[in-house]
Amino acid sequence: MVDVPAIELIGIDKRFGLVHANKAIDLRVGKGSIHGIIGENGAGKSTLMSILYGFYQADSGEIRVDGKPIHIRDSQAAIAAGIGMVHQHFMLVENFTVLENIMLGAEGGALLRGGVSRVRSELKRLEETYGLEVEPDAVIEELPVGLQQRVEILKALYRGAEILILDEPTGVLTPAEADHLFRILAQLRDQGKTVIFITHKLREIMAVTDTVSVMRRGEMVATVKTAETSVEELAELMVGRRVLLRVEKGPSAPGDVLLSVRNLTVKDNRGVVMVDNVSFDVRAGEITGIAGVAGNGQSELLEAIAGIRKPVSGEIFVNGQSLAKADPAYLREIGLAHIPEDRHHMGLVLPFEEYENAALGYHRDPVYGKGPFLDLDAMRDDAKAKIEKYDIRPPDCRLKTANFSGGNQQKIVCAREIERDPKVLIIGQPTRGVDIGAIEFIHKRIIDMRDSGKAVLLVSVELDEIRALADRVLVMFAGHVVGETVPNADEKTLGLMMAGIAA
Amino acid sequence: MSTASVKLPNWINYGLMPLLNLAVAFVISGLVVWLIGEDPFEAVSLMLEGALGNGEGIGFTLYYATSFIFTGLSVAVAFHAGLFNIGSEGQAYVGGLGAALAALALDHYVPWYVTMPVAVAAAALFGAAWAFIPAWMQAKRGSHIVITTIMFNFIGAALMVYLLVNVLIVPGKMAPETRTFLEGGQLPKLDWLMALFGMKLGPAPFNVSFIIALVAAFLVWVLIWRTKLGYEMRTLGISPSAAIYAGVPYVRTVIIAMLISGGLAGMMALNPVMGASARLQVEFVGGAGFVGIAVSLMGRSHPVGIVLAAILFGMLYQGGNWVSFEMPNITRDMIVVIQGLVILFAGALEFMFRPAIVKIYTRLAGA
Repeated sequence: MVDVPAIELIGIDKRFGLVHANKAIDLRVGKGSIHGIIGENGAGKSTLMSILYGFYQADSGEIRVDGKPIHIRDSQAAIAAGIGMVHQHFMLVENFTVLENIMLGAEGGALLRGGVSRVRSELKRLEETYGLEVEPDAVIEELPVGLQQRVEILKALYRGAEILILDEPTGVLTPAEADHLFRILAQLRDQGKTVIFITHKLREIMAVTDTVSVMRRGEMVATVKTAETSVEELAELMVGRRVLLRVEKGPSAPGDVLLSVRNLTVKDNRGVVMVDNVSFDVRAGEITGIAGVAGNGQSELLEAIAGIRKPVSGEIFVNGQSLAKADPAYLREIGLAHIPEDRHHMGLVLPFEEYENAALGYHRDPVYGKGPFLDLDAMRDDAKAKIEKYDIRPPDCRLKTANFSGGNQQKIVCAREIERDPKVLIIGQPTRGVDIGAIEFIHKRIIDMRDSGKAVLLVSVELDEIRALADRVLVMFAGHVVGETVPNADEKTLGLMMAGIAA
Repeated sequence: MSTASVKLPNWINYGLMPLLNLAVAFVISGLVVWLIGEDPFEAVSLMLEGALGNGEGIGFTLYYATSFIFTGLSVAVAFHAGLFNIGSEGQAYVGGLGAALAALALDHYVPWYVTMPVAVAAAALFGAAWAFIPAWMQAKRGSHIVITTIMFNFIGAALMVYLLVNVLIVPGKMAPETRTFLEGGQLPKLDWLMALFGMKLGPAPFNVSFIIALVAAFLVWVLIWRTKLGYEMRTLGISPSAAIYAGVPYVRTVIIAMLISGGLAGMMALNPVMGASARLQVEFVGGAGFVGIAVSLMGRSHPVGIVLAAILFGMLYQGGNWVSFEMPNITRDMIVVIQGLVILFAGALEFMFRPAIVKIYTRLAGA
């Protein structure tokens, strides 16, 4: 290609205090192409895109759009330059209609009349050009997530975006919805738009992009044609060494039922039934995986089992014992450990020093101090042992937990829960926001737990993770367990089940 | 761009920033003094002279500081558990009832060192009791602790006026106050301590409660950083969701934290009631409960910081009295304005200079 790139970044550099988030990044994104940016969490992808969209200012470096150097002060300037962004978490007003959301911020006057008809006709045109059908008068909260995302894309296009940035767009989609999104992106490209696609999922990069750039620790390590690379090569570039994408795993040896859920119904904070009459068993020496698109009741199910959320009805048995009014402290005592979905929100107290978190939940155990007192030396020795065993870096138990990387934070949680040698281990999203190196390590630990005869319940929205780890797979949709299958069932069957189209 | 995530060394966080805030407060106060036609430098030197110039001044400064240590600790303990106790004022007031009842009951029969532990316990118990209802409503019903504790300040004030006017008043007297405690109901002055430094206490009411306050500060440190309860309180204070995950019982922890907080506030009453006036008077707390909020903020909820901040506010109180005495143009209300400015800069605008400091620091550290 000889023509000018749609976007050219030259020597973009950004520091946050002592953290060097972007180191002299150079990037050329060809006009009319889908350009993937891949990298582990914390590699600097989001920072780079935030600079491009005007949320941050680069410390140095130059941004060129269509060959012209421009200064992007804020997101308004980015929109004016034809850059649109589709955020990971949608920026939509839930109880507004599609049309109102698209118009928001671009009303074009104090009275809405003129704006409304203009948006309506423009929407029709966009629909026809790109195949982006949405009902303009539908209320956002009644639309499935896939369509909500489409509204986000329409919003950007309505504002005249020539360059679309999508930040981890598939996290909330079913495989089928993701495929649909990829078709839309291809169509946008064919119509001459430029798409920047940020993800940490290698499969998606291979499926949709023309070119892919790999970031690692704030640096742009490679830009390659997608057709000329492979998943293995990209993974190696991301991590900087060879990685095992498949976990070594022998056959399972299921034993007694250790965790049993019967007719469980759970409501969320708004009073909506999220888990509806669910029953299943988890056996010793077996990993039971729960697959499903995020938001179909998995979180509430986990919280109910962990004693955090009170179920409306139904029963949970651990080792045959009913847990009518069990609280998390009691559950730990009887050998149920919980690696929560959200380590920032639940699993860790981020301002605490590392050793304080290494005992969270077990702090009343006499090993951490007699009577009402804490024995800080015992806590620190224990934390140091775990740091050593789990290779937590930096190996400093006095460091504030917030200053560890996502992967190391997750290792702190895993070390704490696994080292207590529980009978039952329930795990939510064990590798969300965790770098590949740590994923490998955590997966191995989970398999070790299974092999030593523990009952493991694994909830993950990463289908690959479920397939790699689980011995049997339950699929949740809209609060129900819609089916059970084997981990090596074909993706289409699983995808249909996750979309609620029962197999 | 956010500078909030940047880690600064402790000497900046706990040394430079409070000093800078204080300096700015004084510069602005100086401007105010200058505007009303007085010499700010003379005012500062008068203030320092009044607060630290002689044994009596120091005695008064430390007397005020004693009250602020108690209320500062009270606010800090609740704050560590994520609760904003605005009710230290009322809890201290009601705590005074406990101290006074102990003194009135025992002063005829026993020496002060027997009365003291009873009075400490009674003051703490009454203060804690006054904190219990807001605590219970917060823990069980979710009624916001800020609102309920403010309301309980008013209820407490009304209750105490009623008791002093109708029940505890000395028959035939006009002043709404109890009888004067005998020596067995008074806390002795610390003149011997001043004498160690070759100074005379004079009439300043600096008394044994200062030592009780320092012991309380040490015990609070042990509680927060060396006990399982303190660990649970801090967990709850920083992350309520992590506290649920970790099995920290919410209701119990909230109530215990508030009882301790109320107890510490109640103990503040020992200082003015048994250490200074030797009787229970209307309005004896005089805003010390609210100053405790500023002291706790400025001391970063750490007992050492609280003791230092309390002494600073003691200096402001005593020095301020002296200035308004020597410079009639600067009225008592002016002094309150200056104190308000210190609270504003040390408390509310605590982090105002942080972004700038972070920038300078990272430039110096990066170079």
